[in-house]
Amino acid sequence: MTAARIVWTSFVINLKMLATSSFFLVTSVVQPVIFASIAFFMYRTGDRAGTLLYASLGAGMMGVWSTTLFASGGMIQWQRWQGTLELGVGSPPPMALVYLPFTLANAATGMYSLAATVIWGRLVFGVPLRFAHPWLFVLSLPATVLSLGMMGLVLASTFVLYRYANALANLLEYPVWIACGLVFSTSLLPSWTHPISWILPPYWGILALRHAALGGDVWRPLGMVLALGVASFAIAFATFGWFEHLARARATLSLT
Amino acid sequence: MTRWWRIFFVGGAIAYRGLFNWIRPAMYIPTMLGAPLFQLIFFTKLGQFAHAESREFYVVGNSVQACSMSSVYGMTMAVANERWFGTLGPLLASPANRAAVFLGRGVPVLANGLLVSAFTFGVGVLLLGFRPALSSAPALALVVVVTAASCTCFGMLLGSIGLRAKDFWFAANLAYFLMLLFCGVNVPLSRLPGWMSAISRCLPLTHGIAAARAVARGETLGRVGGLVATEAGIAAAYAAAAFVLFRVLEHESRRSAVLDTY
Repeated sequence: MTAARIVWTSFVINLKMLATSSFFLVTSVVQPVIFASIAFFMYRTGDRAGTLLYASLGAGMMGVWSTTLFASGGMIQWQRWQGTLELGVGSPPPMALVYLPFTLANAATGMYSLAATVIWGRLVFGVPLRFAHPWLFVLSLPATVLSLGMMGLVLASTFVLYRYANALANLLEYPVWIACGLVFSTSLLPSWTHPISWILPPYWGILALRHAALGGDVWRPLGMVLALGVASFAIAFATFGWFEHLARARATLSLT
Repeated sequence: MTRWWRIFFVGGAIAYRGLFNWIRPAMYIPTMLGAPLFQLIFFTKLGQFAHAESREFYVVGNSVQACSMSSVYGMTMAVANERWFGTLGPLLASPANRAAVFLGRGVPVLANGLLVSAFTFGVGVLLLGFRPALSSAPALALVVVVTAASCTCFGMLLGSIGLRAKDFWFAANLAYFLMLLFCGVNVPLSRLPGWMSAISRCLPLTHGIAAARAVARGETLGRVGGLVATEAGIAAAYAAAAFVLFRVLEHESRRSAVLDTY
């Protein structure tokens, strides 16, 4: 009951904080809309007009990932700058539980991205919004966002030890977009990259959303995204405990 | 005059070291080299999937655009961070020539932008099979220098806004991403709506990228002289606008006693 209250209260507070941040307005709404527009124009240039919904969903997922990544990367660093990291670490609940609602709020803020690109595509580019499996789409969206939140938690745990978390966040934005094939097929990538794609929740998340919207098997990618979400949570719980201990032992927790 | 140049070069270099003292290889390599590398791969693959343009189109567009990350963000920070660090007051209290102080900050930023662009072109050659004629390299380098200068001057304008604006990062982020859409980096101007291509012609990058693509195709510098001159003219216009805005906001900040406040 206490854990649920921690998660809920912290989730709501962080959602409110993110909603007032202009940085996250750019990351979760403006940037995805711009990338969606670029993708729409590129598809039109190549006369692939039938794939506009494909681009719309992909650009939205790019925004979900960017928001999760920058917010998870920034979460630890901003707390360091504000001097509140020690308070979070020193509080009785496990560190993973303290930061779980942060990453959930980050990923939930990313849902604006998907809404923004789908609405933008409909209004400006006339993208038809006919979903093959609307209910499965409604089911896939929160599952994907939750799973990305768990992936953000794993990343956040590594940032406890790494001083340049923001730089790593800057680096990881495009590679995940590429490896997960968010706006193009991963078949264009070398075969050695495919196993990397398979262990990333956004890869299965976009497949589930795409199949729910355009037709195809939704249950398998949905199952994979949920399984990877659970695995990410387990990994994050272990790594948070381990890295927290290392940071305490080396006295590097608050070093910037 | 010697003093002017000393403030311009030495002052610019010292200001850069001071304001960007947090840059380390662990910060620089992922942000300034890793991000453009993967951006180039991303758009090249997207173009390939969409059957849109040739590989060279994306290599040149994204390699030239890569300089804008340093130029736009770096120059914005080189001006606006004086306020953030609390050093704006002492700087403006000094009798140093404002033009030398202001413009000198652009030199290290410009050099950094050139390095990032050169790296991204190198990635295009090594990983994506971009093979321009060797004889076109000097002309291509000149075009990139002019384009990076133009982006730096645009960054100066954004930095000047940062002297008063509460959240200058919003403006810098917005400008950076809009340039990616408007300036023909990944979408030919002919494919954009008329109003968008009209705006793009007033922005840095647009003419530089067009000139670089022509040079990479084998055109001589003489044939793209008009595009390069237009890019240089845009640079001069943004530099002049930035300097005027800087002086106006400096004066207003002194008058209203809000120099270092947020």
